[in-house]
Amino acid sequence: MSTTTANDTERHLNRRGFLRVSATAVGGLLVALHLDVPAASAQEGAGQTPPPKKDYPPAAFVDIRPDGKVVIQVNRLEFGQGVQTALPMILADELDADWSQVVGELAPAAEVYKDPLFGIQMVGGSGSIAHSFQQYRELGARTRAMLVAAAAKRWQVAPEQCRTQESVVRGPGGQSARYAELAAEAARQPVPTTVRLKQPSEFRLVGKGVRRLDSRPKCDGSLKFGLDLDLAAMKVAVVAHPPVFGAKVRSFDDKAARALEGVRDVFEISVTRGGTGVAVIADKFWPAKQARDLLKIEWDFDGVERADSSRLLEQYKQLARTTGLISVARGDAKALEAVAAANRIVAEYEFPYLPHAPMEPLNTTVRFDGDRAEVWAGSQFQTLDQMAVAEVLGLKPEQVTFHTEMAGGGFGRRAVPDSHVQREAAQIAKRLRGTPVKLVWSREDDVRGGYYRPMHFHRVEIGIGADGMPAAWRHVVVGQSIVAETPFAMMMKDGIDPTTVEGVNDTHYNLPNLHVSAHHPKVNVPVLWWRSVGHTHTAFVMETLIDELAARAKADPIAYRRKLLNPEAKKLRSALDLMDARSAAWRRRLPKGHAVGISCHESFGTGVACAAEVSIENKRPKIHRVTVAVDCGLAVNPLTIESQFQAGLGFGLSQLMAKGAITLKDGLVEQRNFDGYVPPYMPDAPVAVDVHIVPSAEAPSGCGEPPVPVISPAVVNALTRLTGKRYRSLPLVAV
Amino acid sequence: MPHIRAAGLLIAAVFFVSGSWVIVSGALGQARDAQRTAASRTEGLAAWERVYSVLTHPRCINCHTATNYPQQGDDRQRHFANVVRGPEGKGVPGLNCASCHQESNVDSTGVPGGHNWHLAPLSMKWQDLNDKPLSSAAVCRQVTDRSKNHNMDGPKLLKHHEEEALVLWAWQPGRRPDGTMRTLPPLSHEEFVAATSRWVEAGTPCPQGR
Amino acid sequence: MTTYQLNVNGERREVTVDPSTPLLWVLREDLKMTGTKYGCGVSACGACTVHVAGVATRSCMLPVSHVGERPIVTIEAMSKDPVGRAVQDAWVEKDVVQCGYCQSGQIMTAVALLKHTPRPTDTNIDESMGGNICRCATYVRIREAIKLAAQNIK
Repeated sequence: MSTTTANDTERHLNRRGFLRVSATAVGGLLVALHLDVPAASAQEGAGQTPPPKKDYPPAAFVDIRPDGKVVIQVNRLEFGQGVQTALPMILADELDADWSQVVGELAPAAEVYKDPLFGIQMVGGSGSIAHSFQQYRELGARTRAMLVAAAAKRWQVAPEQCRTQESVVRGPGGQSARYAELAAEAARQPVPTTVRLKQPSEFRLVGKGVRRLDSRPKCDGSLKFGLDLDLAAMKVAVVAHPPVFGAKVRSFDDKAARALEGVRDVFEISVTRGGTGVAVIADKFWPAKQARDLLKIEWDFDGVERADSSRLLEQYKQLARTTGLISVARGDAKALEAVAAANRIVAEYEFPYLPHAPMEPLNTTVRFDGDRAEVWAGSQFQTLDQMAVAEVLGLKPEQVTFHTEMAGGGFGRRAVPDSHVQREAAQIAKRLRGTPVKLVWSREDDVRGGYYRPMHFHRVEIGIGADGMPAAWRHVVVGQSIVAETPFAMMMKDGIDPTTVEGVNDTHYNLPNLHVSAHHPKVNVPVLWWRSVGHTHTAFVMETLIDELAARAKADPIAYRRKLLNPEAKKLRSALDLMDARSAAWRRRLPKGHAVGISCHESFGTGVACAAEVSIENKRPKIHRVTVAVDCGLAVNPLTIESQFQAGLGFGLSQLMAKGAITLKDGLVEQRNFDGYVPPYMPDAPVAVDVHIVPSAEAPSGCGEPPVPVISPAVVNALTRLTGKRYRSLPLVAV
Repeated sequence: MPHIRAAGLLIAAVFFVSGSWVIVSGALGQARDAQRTAASRTEGLAAWERVYSVLTHPRCINCHTATNYPQQGDDRQRHFANVVRGPEGKGVPGLNCASCHQESNVDSTGVPGGHNWHLAPLSMKWQDLNDKPLSSAAVCRQVTDRSKNHNMDGPKLLKHHEEEALVLWAWQPGRRPDGTMRTLPPLSHEEFVAATSRWVEAGTPCPQGR
Repeated sequence: MTTYQLNVNGERREVTVDPSTPLLWVLREDLKMTGTKYGCGVSACGACTVHVAGVATRSCMLPVSHVGERPIVTIEAMSKDPVGRAVQDAWVEKDVVQCGYCQSGQIMTAVALLKHTPRPTDTNIDESMGGNICRCATYVRIREAIKLAAQNIK
């Protein structure tokens, strides 16, 4: 049975992996990040997973206050996925805490809050529940045990004779004590090394649809995001970034900028890719932004590559006709040639750069005091960001207090290996020594600032067997590597970035004679993981091609998939079966002009299948309904999972939006704001989404990313039924 | 009474003179009118083409759509953020024209504005459902159809072109968010009014055809 | 720099700012009311939505100099407004929010809709809410919550 480590990324790590940061990436500082992969061992009963190697001190995670509040530290950023509710739920359940008294706080950067698997404090790879389920259970159980021990001592009874419920310990003789009363004494008890965890039947919170803890403050304007931070004497900074990545400031005229009231300083700083920019410091955002608009900057573009989307597309197309670095070479390399041309499919797919565009623009606040620094950031990568700030300021990481702020979305954009935004802020803070400074990226900065989901090109040649099933499959993927030359470079295998080919190289379809290779062009555009990463494009290719094969074989698309999936693909099969059952009735009764599109895909250890009912209105796809089924092992919070899928599908539709791409022309990003890059609005969302969770007691896997890959191919498969056209170029400019 | 009779004669003479003057001038006027009308139909049609060139400029036609949305920009794209017409051409609750457009242009942020900013009614659509401008003949027919144009005759149309705030806006359309000025219609407002006047004088003739 | 007297949530507030400062930034930085959010600065996303003289208004492109005497109402006042409260309660009941950053704007827009159209149809909802971006795409639950709020408003 798989462990909690069902993450695709993790599979490419060694048993004990060290991340070494190269001198060029972090300016001479050698950083070793220790990845601790727990020894694989057998499942120890329902819902149990091998314990993490470390013992996490409950005191760092649970604070039971005198007023009864149970404050639980969440070791990851909350940016919409619901972890600030789910992890406390898990802990509170084992703790037998009164849920109405539970508060979830986002933990600051610290050793103890590192991801038990990856050894850095982070959120990503849909790993929060998967990696911390066991951890938080044990923390809750340990805390409970210590409270019971304190009570037992007080009452001179055996701990086994005590019961706990709703933050109260009850003794065998009718004694009772609230957790708040026992907390101080409990803290003095030894932390037990072993604890008994609940059987699933004993869960009171886990497995139930529990509403989010952060709802009300997010609805009444009281919750503060990073951008809302206000500190005494704080200044606000904006940065004029070069229009082409890596260009430098040759000279600038700040006379008009400095003349504006409220503008305090203007100076040059380093920015990403070896470039430089100009920072404007003001008392508030508006004067800073206005001042920046008044800057006259001469840029030096010497030696800077000007990426161009059309040129890149041509290059990628040519590259895809050649074999790249080999990822999979299974079976007979010549099998394809043996298939007659009439029984072959040759398909080329194009995918553009995609911006994340989280609703809260990027921002970081830093104060540098000479021997200490303080940072406030909605960061997905606290450990790396803390190190980066320390490095810029000439401090040790321990000298940097790093607060994790609530973030307005991320989708991967706040998980940046080079910490470029924090580095900008740190440089500014260094100059403003003693004064806190909030660096704000405007929406334009965000849309134009890079770190996109890379452009990709796929070329697939399929040889179809006499039985209508694929007999040979040759797949070339072209796309920039996300992890190369970052602290995550050790994930590369034989020169291939696993995040480029995931979803193809590890496909659960039984594709005999499978050949997968990849090219990683180097392009002067910073790239990054975009919610579900490689699956964003690989699932689209696979699921549209499988549908095409099914159509050619005159087979039902669900039956065809069932036949083609490996028997071991349990999660996909269970999701497919459940989706089939829950959508069969409406699929049979489609109104005229409506079609259904099917897709299924596994990512980050979670199997997902969906059926989308689509028609064409005003020349765009109108999605009437989606039935989606998911197998994510134990569903910790079904209400959150339903939300992740209802909304995650909507996020996935970003890929189909007519203006849903970033394009570059001669090095310049052509889009500026939400007028040029248009994400899905309410009319673009499905009218209805029903979510079905496969009942399971297996270890939980994540739901943050798995909804995203399935929706685009499902919708497009439906469109193909309606129009007869194939859609192999995203975004969907025309239907 | 001789002076009364003299007065009467004088009055009669005056009447006769003015009457004949009226008759003469009327005759002369008719002749002149006949000349003017005959020549003017051609002139009127030419004047109309000048008017049409303004009506189909983005500053005007962007709000004279056939669809449930306005357009924006010189490339006449659909207005962003799914802004819709609403029952009175003023948007819908929560997303009114007035949610962003104020009583005057706001150049610092690039939002155009004018009094009572709203879409022209569908009876005044100058495009088809594919956002393609209608022909000169079709627009002319529409503009002169009193069952569609709020019962405006020639003089009222002229006044509309002279004074209506949103019409005047087209010649002071303000700056775009990037700081550049919005482009102006091909005629100045004075030329537009003069062409309208010419056309109205000619009896608001419309070109033949579809 | 000019001094303005503003009517914000029924209170008289005075600010001295550059006249071109959008109302959004006056609220956030001069009045320290950060419930109204900055999402794009070009009125495309609706995160900055407030009510000005009862009209849902995008405050990111409205200079404070253009506000005048018109009363301003922000998200901070919604819990004391019967429609606002019903909408917030429905949002919580339906577990609408994810990251939550857009939701002040969504709620202000929904309140404007419901004050005008107490029994909105699906089309009413999609048209009125269709200009607000939720990057997390919580649209399906937003629709449900508006319908629930409509039922609950007396």
